[in-house]
Amino acid sequence: MKKTMILGAMAFAGLAAGAASAGTLDDVKARGKLNCGVTTGLVGFAAPNANGEWEGFDVAVCRAVAAAVLGDSTAVEFVPTTGKTRFTALASGEIDMLARNTTWTFSRDVDLKFEFVGINYYDGQGFMVPKELGVSSAKELDGATVCIQTGTTTELNLADFFRSNNISYEPVPVETNAEAQQQYLAGACDVYTTDASGLASTRATFDDPASHAILPEIISKEPLGPLVRHGDHEWGDVVRWTLNAMIAAEELGVTSANIGEMAAGTDNPEINRLLGAEGTLGEMLGLSADWAKNAIASQGNYGEVFAKNIGEDSPVGLARGLNAQWTEGGLLYSPPFR
Amino acid sequence: MSDQKTNSIAFVADGTIPPSPPPAGETGPVKWLRENLFSNAVNSALTIAALLVIYVILSKTLPWLLNGVWTTNSLAECREVLQGKTGACFSVLTERWNQLLYGFKYPGDQYWRPNLALVLLLVAIAPVLFFDLPRKLLAFTAIYPFLAFWLIWGGTILAPIVALLGFAAGAFVFQTYGKSSFAIGFFGAIVAAFAVWLIGGALIPDGASDNAMLQAVPSRDLGGFMLNLMLGVTCVSLSLPLGIALALGRQSDMPLIKWICVVFIEFVRGVPLITLLFVASVMLAYFFPPESTVDLFLRVVIMITMFSAAYIAEVIRGGLAALPKGQYEAADSLGLDYPQAMRLIILPQALKISIPGIVNVAVGLFKDTTLVSVISMFDLVGMIRGPILASTEWNGVYWELLGFAALLFFVVCYGISQYSQWLERRLATDHR
Repeated sequence: MKKTMILGAMAFAGLAAGAASAGTLDDVKARGKLNCGVTTGLVGFAAPNANGEWEGFDVAVCRAVAAAVLGDSTAVEFVPTTGKTRFTALASGEIDMLARNTTWTFSRDVDLKFEFVGINYYDGQGFMVPKELGVSSAKELDGATVCIQTGTTTELNLADFFRSNNISYEPVPVETNAEAQQQYLAGACDVYTTDASGLASTRATFDDPASHAILPEIISKEPLGPLVRHGDHEWGDVVRWTLNAMIAAEELGVTSANIGEMAAGTDNPEINRLLGAEGTLGEMLGLSADWAKNAIASQGNYGEVFAKNIGEDSPVGLARGLNAQWTEGGLLYSPPFR
Repeated sequence: MSDQKTNSIAFVADGTIPPSPPPAGETGPVKWLRENLFSNAVNSALTIAALLVIYVILSKTLPWLLNGVWTTNSLAECREVLQGKTGACFSVLTERWNQLLYGFKYPGDQYWRPNLALVLLLVAIAPVLFFDLPRKLLAFTAIYPFLAFWLIWGGTILAPIVALLGFAAGAFVFQTYGKSSFAIGFFGAIVAAFAVWLIGGALIPDGASDNAMLQAVPSRDLGGFMLNLMLGVTCVSLSLPLGIALALGRQSDMPLIKWICVVFIEFVRGVPLITLLFVASVMLAYFFPPESTVDLFLRVVIMITMFSAAYIAEVIRGGLAALPKGQYEAADSLGLDYPQAMRLIILPQALKISIPGIVNVAVGLFKDTTLVSVISMFDLVGMIRGPILASTEWNGVYWELLGFAALLFFVVCYGISQYSQWLERRLATDHR
């Protein structure tokens, strides 16, 4: 009986998802508010401040989409989701998009029927060591004790990395990031390994962050990006190109400070097309001509958002690394606005 | 003669000798110490060991507590102030106390509303808990749920009034027809209540909440310890009557009612609460169209109530089973019908036996309300684990926040426990 109930629920879920995905753009416009799924709290990426306003790197994507669609970056209803509830919230139509440091994987894209519209952060597994250890590369970690969260993909990546480099290590299994932090500070392990952004935010909470170094090796791929439901391509396009607009704006030198004068018209036709002074790109998306201008004016370009929330001058202190523009050796590469 | 007697015989006492103080070893703190702490070698060793443990604990925690910093704006500033000394960073409590108590989205200028609701809760619950108080106060208890709903959620006052009228209509129908036939009265009351709610709901104009006297606050904006208290109070008060009904239903002679109750209790007890919560937050979202979902708070209340009702039913069944058969037969021989026998003879005794068990369930339930943090509701623990520890200012503050949460829960749970002990003493009639 339980099985038939679950099957029934799944069939119903398919129907409901199908029904909900017909015209998300129109739904959002009619509602006057974007329902955006975020995490319940991750340093630098999404967290409410003391006044209860959401801030962070993922939050900026939500706000930019709201600014592009509705012209108002505050017209967002943030729906906090946990790792367990995020996909059902999106599939059931409770949220219009999910911007919750979610790794783009094959099964999530294909099997769970979501559409990753792009990548806003290239993450990967890294290592943190105390500087007094005098280690400058992960390949020098032969015989080290490593704090590792059990039951995660990081555990498997770690084993692969050490085996392929033919060096040995001794794992110290821990359950949560908080526990790992305590163990590492107490000296129970020489090295702590998890996602590089997580390492940076953990290090930022230390008494003396400067005495710990994050090693240059990144041993896995964790592309994080916003996602929408399968089957609603108009809405997927809106989110995809809002993200691309922020990335392209950095490449083209458009910032929230100079956007006013740039929008009036420049010598660069791509900037003019992006900001709506030329062409009909906004109309093709079903938005107003100044959609990208609104998004960039409210949140800034990709580089500004990065610097404000997680960049080197912020408490999290992440270097651009892979997340630099392709012109500067990174992976950010927006297709042309044409 | 007599004169000579008194003066010449030196050893005759002319008054009572005042009692000497007991030897120093047999009085005051010294005696107490010797008898209780150092009565023999083993006890002395244990005493010294205990003192050492207490000293170690205090020497670690006292500097931490006393050096606590209360006025900074971030953990980094706390560390600057402390300069490497041991000390707590209580600033997180002074900066985020409102988020811990009310959640991060409840409008700040409206905090008086949940505060007032809490004060009125104490007034409303007093006549239920302390039956020496005048019974007329129960009228306020009956109105309180609707008043509290209006205070906390705000919006139009018409909604709680219609809800109240529905219950009133149901009660009226039951009073009128329930005497002649229980079934007609019972189902008639349900029909009447729903009729009032449907008609009344249709009469409330759209947008009545927009310019209401109290600004409307959606359920999603509730949070903090307020959410724990609301869930705890609502679910305990709903699950107690439901649990009694289930316990009686399980002992019923009517097979249909009996099996419904058995299946319900066994199914709900056999499923972890966290599973029910996931069903409430995740599965049910699939069954409703996106725009017309049942409020998440309501879904969670239903699930927790079902869960604790099943447990309370089993506790009360234990109480019913503990009564000698003679009590049931005595009720029958007095000519009482089933409701009268239950109300006057059986339940008063069975419930009294069940008090420790019921309180156990209630305390456990109250603490279980923190589980809602896994379905992304920001109760006290959810606020700590999510937004506060994820803010760049306070990432890394664990002891202060979780200690504060533990303190709040301890105060409430200890209060419940003390009340139940008072109640047991008050109801003790067996002259043991």
